[in-house]
Amino acid sequence: MRGKSCLSTAAAWALLGLLAFSMPCANAQMEHSTDEHDHLHHHHYAQFAKAPQDARTKSNPLAQDPDASIAGRKLFEQHCAECHGDQAEGRRKAPSLRAQEVQEATPGTLFWILTNGVVRRGMPDWSKLPEPERWQIVTFLKTLKTN
Amino acid sequence: MTYDHYLEEPGNLEVEYFSTFGTQRGGNGFHAFWGEFEYGAKAWWTTEFYVDGQTTFDDSTIFTGFRWENRFRPLQLEHFINPVIYIEYEQISEADKIIKEVEGHDLESDFLTPNAVARQGHNHELEFKLLLSKTFKGWNVALNPLAAKNLSLSNPWEFGYAIGASRPLALKASSNNCNLCRENFIAGVEMYGGLGDTRSFGLDNTSHYLAPAVAWNLPSGWTVRFSPGFGLNDDSHRLLLRWGLSREFPGFGEMVGRLFGGHQ
Repeated sequence: MRGKSCLSTAAAWALLGLLAFSMPCANAQMEHSTDEHDHLHHHHYAQFAKAPQDARTKSNPLAQDPDASIAGRKLFEQHCAECHGDQAEGRRKAPSLRAQEVQEATPGTLFWILTNGVVRRGMPDWSKLPEPERWQIVTFLKTLKTN
Repeated sequence: MTYDHYLEEPGNLEVEYFSTFGTQRGGNGFHAFWGEFEYGAKAWWTTEFYVDGQTTFDDSTIFTGFRWENRFRPLQLEHFINPVIYIEYEQISEADKIIKEVEGHDLESDFLTPNAVARQGHNHELEFKLLLSKTFKGWNVALNPLAAKNLSLSNPWEFGYAIGASRPLALKASSNNCNLCRENFIAGVEMYGGLGDTRSFGLDNTSHYLAPAVAWNLPSGWTVRFSPGFGLNDDSHRLLLRWGLSREFPGFGEMVGRLFGGHQ
């Protein structure tokens, strides 16, 4: 009986400990100074350089589809705006997608980033979205104006 | 029941109510249910807490225990097959009937014990799964082998599996906002069952299910899931009718962070 009680208590403490460890991460992220913020964003864009050559040169099959950017906007609002901002202007958690680095990146590079995410820096992979939906998001991103 | 390699988005909380109606030969049917809280702690780590209960018809409604599940993604990039490590601790009574997974020699006849008796037995169990998943041309195929060990007793390791495939009904998003667009529906099929234990590994005295499944993801963050599961042998329940309703809360971690003194 005592053993069971100890096990429950240990499990409860472990759960509380893990939640306490994970939740303040958002808090800690918010306390980054502007310099740290810029540094973080630079690291996000640095991920572009990791895209393999064959991924970078991939062309967007929906580039000429007039509906693609509208659908891409809808998908962006559903999946991306929470972190990148409603206007893709960037927030504490995620960088601006209007930045020159993004706008100058090839569609294939953006598609590769969407597919793989930047997992260690908090961006999930979006390969759960079908390929055409990822291309729709890329098409939308390419319509954004640089800051 | 089959997991793919996709984790909860970091900082998001998903709350789910999930139900299983099961038929029972030689006894009373049941309705088992859980409340689930799934939190994206990191992009590579999702943690979930479940509270289980059940109603056995013409018997009683009881709380049956809790589970704490963690999923870790060890690799950063997408690969040909994507592994995720799954570790779950559960403290449930023997009256638990949710059948979140089938393991070892789980049989339909195990569920005949009346609640008043079954709830006296408690299980502390550790469960490990390797979630292997691949998405190709809109199809996701996943395989989840599992091994579980009851910590309270000198029971052997038990084994099981789940395998599934699913696909959205449309691969391109429509340009208008809609709840009933085909892209919001995902259909699939899964199969899950037990593989015996270290003393008697194999298919003898094990139960297995085949279950078509459909999920409806609403743009507002609600998801409805429905899956009728059909027993494939005489040791399985004839029918497990499952459905779930969940709601995603984006930015939950950030909100909690602000409550504890973070900056806006």
